[in-house]
Amino acid sequence: MSTLQALVDAVALGSIYALVAVGIGLVFGVLRLINFAYGELITAGAYTLWVLRSLPAVVAILACFAVVVSLSLLLERVAFRPLRKATPATMLIATFAVSYLLQSIYLLVFGSLGNSVSTLAGLQQAVDLGGLRIRWITIVSLACGSLLLIGTAILLGRTSIGLHMRAAATDFQTARVLGVRANRVIAFAFLVSGVLAASVSVLFTVQNSLVTPDLGVPITIFALVGVVVGGLDRLWTATLGGFAIGFAYSLLGDKLSGEARVYLPSLVFGLVIVVLLLRPGGLFAGQPRSVERV
Amino acid sequence: MPDAMLELEGLEVRYGVVAAVRALDLRIERGELVGLIGPNGAGKSSTLLAIMGVVPVARGEVRLRGVSITGRAPEAIARAGISLVPEGRHIFAGLTVEENLRLGRAARRDANGVEADLRRVYGLFPAIAGSLSRQGSALSGGQQQQLAIARALLARPDVLLLDEPSLGLAPTVVESVFAALEEVRAQGVTILLVEQRAQVTVSTADRTYVLANGELRLSLTPADANDTARLAAAYLS
Ligand SMILES: Nc1ncnc2c1ncn2[C@@H]1O[C@H](COP(=O)(O)OP(=O)(O)OP(=O)(O)O)[C@@H](O)[C@H]1O
Ligand SMILES: [Mg+2]
Repeated sequence: MSTLQALVDAVALGSIYALVAVGIGLVFGVLRLINFAYGELITAGAYTLWVLRSLPAVVAILACFAVVVSLSLLLERVAFRPLRKATPATMLIATFAVSYLLQSIYLLVFGSLGNSVSTLAGLQQAVDLGGLRIRWITIVSLACGSLLLIGTAILLGRTSIGLHMRAAATDFQTARVLGVRANRVIAFAFLVSGVLAASVSVLFTVQNSLVTPDLGVPITIFALVGVVVGGLDRLWTATLGGFAIGFAYSLLGDKLSGEARVYLPSLVFGLVIVVLLLRPGGLFAGQPRSVERV
Repeated sequence: MPDAMLELEGLEVRYGVVAAVRALDLRIERGELVGLIGPNGAGKSSTLLAIMGVVPVARGEVRLRGVSITGRAPEAIARAGISLVPEGRHIFAGLTVEENLRLGRAARRDANGVEADLRRVYGLFPAIAGSLSRQGSALSGGQQQQLAIARALLARPDVLLLDEPSLGLAPTVVESVFAALEEVRAQGVTILLVEQRAQVTVSTADRTYVLANGELRLSLTPADANDTARLAAAYLS
């Protein structure tokens, strides 16, 4: 595989991880909560695609979005909202609990062997672009990733709810005193992060068709590593971090021989440790900011 | 007696076992400008934060136009018609002046008249009108205070609460802030002004209460503004 081709693949995987990073970062922004159950939203979407595999792809994908967004809003309502005044540690543990609960449900319902999703399997085919063999999914991932990121940026930068979210993310108490509705802003963050999770479900299952109950776990962990490397306090640096981790993962995976690939996660985490040793606040860190929640 | 615009009855605010405000009764009629002064730690901010729903009311009641708002969320209280200019201004430093002002509209009950309100606050604070596209952090302290007041006014509140708006400002800027407050009051907004600057507050406000150790100690009128002995006693009581 040529270097250029490897780069293109890396950009595509990077954009998927960037979406995950934004999804996690949006909720972190308004709740100061790292939602470890985020990956299970992605898994829910993947299983939805599998359950509806005999229906037209459009229907399955729409249902995937509906299920993931509803689940995201439901988790906010029943699991996180009642704990909003609890300590950060309690909330963090709650997200782990939700993550395990959902994984157990997937295990009970779908078993541990895995189910193969082929909703958009056609996208595995490659096109020849001036000597480069690029799979459609690479192009689609890139296009969808960019569109969703731009869409999120417009939402945050140009709309009134986006302004309220940005204000809430810097100083929730002052935002509320000004009349910004906490519940609405938080629910909206979960809604958007649900949309992003559903998109990742669709894009990811094209690349990795086997859906297992723990599908979302490594995705969340890798994206989180990226988010931490990028710096959690700013959404766009977190996004860059997410992109970087996906990019590095894909590129290293390409460079390593089949056997050495087992060590890939260790290699990536090793890189992360080096980065954090050199720049504790993250790769793109500015001034440290105080942490506050509702 | 008709309902007061804002009324506190037996208000108590506690932080753990410590009572920061105790048995506070306060009645503010529509259109009044009432001052609340007192030494550091007297409980002035706690009073405003309790009215706004930011800190819980341990005992007693807060009523707006005769209706209890005790226990409501800050955003609900803002939407009911009370705006707070918090201690330390709390401008969004990373947002533009224009965005800060737009946030002020979050609590508006009617979307009409935004343009007129904007013209009014630009009239009060011309410096704000000239720096709409700048970051909040790029403003001077005085401009930030003006922005905080302008932002609160864009909610079109019935009651404006201000927590030490003169803190850290140069004397000429303090004068302009007080002049603006008198104009706001003339436009019909009821004002509860917390201050450390006793003299200017007592002379500006219809009535000024002295709070010490969480309790009301004294009520002063503009006639007392030059009675230094009385003002000093207010702080030492
Ligand atoms: N968040 C808090 N937790 C614990 N105690 C608090 C808290 N906020 C205020 N206090 C205490 O409550 C009392 C009243 O404080 P408050 O801030 O209301 O006073 P203040 O009159 O506004 O003072 P200043 O003029 O310094 O602003 C003080 O003893 C203060 O230490
Ligand atoms: Mg104070």
